[in-house]
Amino acid sequence: MSPPAPLLLVEGIRKSFFGVEVLHGVSFTLGRGEALGLVGENGSGKSTSMNILGGVHQPDAGTMLVEGQPYRPADPGAAIAAGIAFIHQELNLFGNLTIEDNLFIDNFPRRGGLPFINRSAIRKSTQDHLAQVDLDLAPTTPVARLSQGERQLVEIAKALSRNARLIIFDEPTTSLTRREVARLFGLVAKLKARGIGIIYISHALDDVMAVCERVTVLRDGAVVGTGTSRDLGVPRLISLMVGRSIETIFPQRTAPPRPSDVLAVTNLGQPGVAEAITFTIRAGEVVGLAGLMGSGRSELARMIFGLDPFRSGTIAVEGVELRDPTPARAMAAGIAFLTEDRRGEGLLMEAPIADNAVLASLRSVANALGLIDGKRVAAASRTMAQKVRLSTDRVEDTLVKHLSGGNQQKVVIGKWLMRAPRLFILDEPTRGIDVGAKQEVYRIINALVEAGSAVLLISSEIEELMGLSDRILTISRGELTGGFDRLDFDREAIMTAAAVGADHAKVSS
Amino acid sequence: MTALNPSAPAKPGAAPPSAIRNLVRLVLSEYFVLVLCAVYALAMGPFVPELWSWEVASNILSDMMPLLIVAIGQTFVLVIAGIDLSVTAIISMAAVVGASVMSETNGYLSGGPLAVPAALAAMVALGLAIGTLNGLAVTRLNMPPFIVTLATRMFFAGSAVWFTTFHTSSSSIAGLPDSFTAFADASLLGIPQPMILAVVVTVVAHLILARSRLGRWIVAVGSNSKAATISGVPVARTIVATFAISGVCAALAAVIYESRMQTGSPITGENILLDIIGAVVIGGTSLFGGKGKVLWTVFGVLFLVILDTSMKLLGTSLFAIYIIKGGVILMAAVIDTLRHRILVTR
Repeated sequence: MSPPAPLLLVEGIRKSFFGVEVLHGVSFTLGRGEALGLVGENGSGKSTSMNILGGVHQPDAGTMLVEGQPYRPADPGAAIAAGIAFIHQELNLFGNLTIEDNLFIDNFPRRGGLPFINRSAIRKSTQDHLAQVDLDLAPTTPVARLSQGERQLVEIAKALSRNARLIIFDEPTTSLTRREVARLFGLVAKLKARGIGIIYISHALDDVMAVCERVTVLRDGAVVGTGTSRDLGVPRLISLMVGRSIETIFPQRTAPPRPSDVLAVTNLGQPGVAEAITFTIRAGEVVGLAGLMGSGRSELARMIFGLDPFRSGTIAVEGVELRDPTPARAMAAGIAFLTEDRRGEGLLMEAPIADNAVLASLRSVANALGLIDGKRVAAASRTMAQKVRLSTDRVEDTLVKHLSGGNQQKVVIGKWLMRAPRLFILDEPTRGIDVGAKQEVYRIINALVEAGSAVLLISSEIEELMGLSDRILTISRGELTGGFDRLDFDREAIMTAAAVGADHAKVSS
Repeated sequence: MTALNPSAPAKPGAAPPSAIRNLVRLVLSEYFVLVLCAVYALAMGPFVPELWSWEVASNILSDMMPLLIVAIGQTFVLVIAGIDLSVTAIISMAAVVGASVMSETNGYLSGGPLAVPAALAAMVALGLAIGTLNGLAVTRLNMPPFIVTLATRMFFAGSAVWFTTFHTSSSSIAGLPDSFTAFADASLLGIPQPMILAVVVTVVAHLILARSRLGRWIVAVGSNSKAATISGVPVARTIVATFAISGVCAALAAVIYESRMQTGSPITGENILLDIIGAVVIGGTSLFGGKGKVLWTVFGVLFLVILDTSMKLLGTSLFAIYIIKGGVILMAAVIDTLRHRILVTR
């Protein structure tokens, strides 16, 4: 007797869009109860592969077998029917509906043969599925009231309610707190024990290592390596992904911070958000801000930039107080702000690169009559594109939405660099971008700082903070709970200070 | 786009052959509607030869001017993803207020040397005021533009009729000075004065929307107001400005309508709202905001007016004209969607 067929066998998948082949024969297998990590830079073919698996696109060539049976989904519905569930990065739930409605939205059970929904059956079944994902919530809770982590569990419950045999996770941890991540990983282990196969896509390689037995690396539409997590290791993964080995992820700066303060925040307070926050950033210095989601780290940045109100305290830039900050006043004082929500708040997605690039510096591209000069817009944008090493120099006719995440982020950064900011506030500058683009961002930050600007860096990645910062402050529940100089950087100590309640921590800055 | 090798056979799923490609390029081009106007006018030639007479052509142009001015104002509001339903009420209100100032029978400044300039100033100021009111209601009270302008539309349409009752017992304020009524027919260097006004409005509007900081702000607010805020754009002021521009444009159109009708009627412009919004949409300005050009609106208005005139010349009944116009506007919306899809998938 032959050995049992694997849960999923993908063999030689090819796919072209408009005559350009983007997948050159992708193959991988997945066993029952196994988790396979799928990693690669943006544009490496991860999404296209998964969209083929999920029935969004059809392959031009190649075969897929699910438990030995040919599998060729014509649409996402067919994929769901075959037991393949896709948990997207942006969750596909209806916020205004209840959990039970979300679970049964496309398949409400009827009462008898009548066109009425069988509520009691739905409730019972929803309770069962919520219990399977350890979510202790009433089925009638509106999804809008759930945290990001809870919503994800609802998505998993939804997959289970359709008897999923294979669940694909796309960047599941980007917007989760550490506790939620731990809970998710526990659940994934349970799913595996039930024989469900997992495909796990993420840029967070530590997470991939923690969850997956095996990892497949894609580059430029082809598989460049597959192996067990233990054999590969993060450094090897990175070099496979980018196609070259990376000596130093974080380039070193040569110039030390200068003595003068660029930013001085004194006793900043807003009830429920920030409590007596005091710190300074010197010229040529990167100060990292470590904190959990909801700790007040983004809110602090938004207050300094004039987006959120504060009740007490002062903000001074280069010794001049910033009164009643608005974004326009903050910009005039020399502050730039990169938001954590690139698509939602950072860019005009439907507009070309050039329009985005000059939006914060319109005066500089106007002629003597005050009219915007198209030639200057193009020239300034092209200079920007070269400075941040954008993938294209067709700045006037490339829409931002057609760029990869990393290049989109470079446009946002370039837009602010055009103003030569004295203080650059970066909120999650490398979220959702690939390793190569991350390094570019680090290089740009270092160049800016060496030229004498100050940077306030907010990041969920502790390595990033430790690699770039001269000093790290920790924030928890709206209070600064610790300060660490570069020589004293200690992963554990920083994470502890960021995670503790502010009441039993001492501020040193 | 790379050039196709002519000897290479067209592969299925590969780049389309050049004829289709050129068609696609035409549909995507911003001059598509202008081409459509020409094609339509040519196609209708055998059926309505009058369409090509100088007289009809100049009629088309003169019909177009006031509509164009209002539609240009509307374009600004649509680009910030708003809508201004109050424009026709502004036209009515401006018409009666202007007449009440300059009427030679019972106007406030009846017969005075400043009667006409003061009336014009009052009309423009009124448009500015109602537009600003719309904008402030949208930004300060955070109300949807549709509801705000629906309310001001009803309020000022009613007010215009009410206001008229204070000045005359008939249905409109008559006795407008000759110097005012002559405006619609007079020419300067052979060009009709309303057309000069419309051209000035078009050029200024184009410079504002395409070349000024305000224009960039308007597009930014329309495509992503949060990103605009973070880029230092004064979002609230920008929104108020678009409604103010729309109000002023409506008042300027009222000047042409009133001068042509030679009386200040409270129902001036009552029926043109859907033509205005339809023309802007036909031109290609997106109802979802962030995308729009003054030139597109010029083409859209031209197309709608040619369509309207040719149908009337054919003797089509009024209801049929409505059906056809509705169909064309729907088609414009479909083309806009298709255009999006083509641009996204390539």
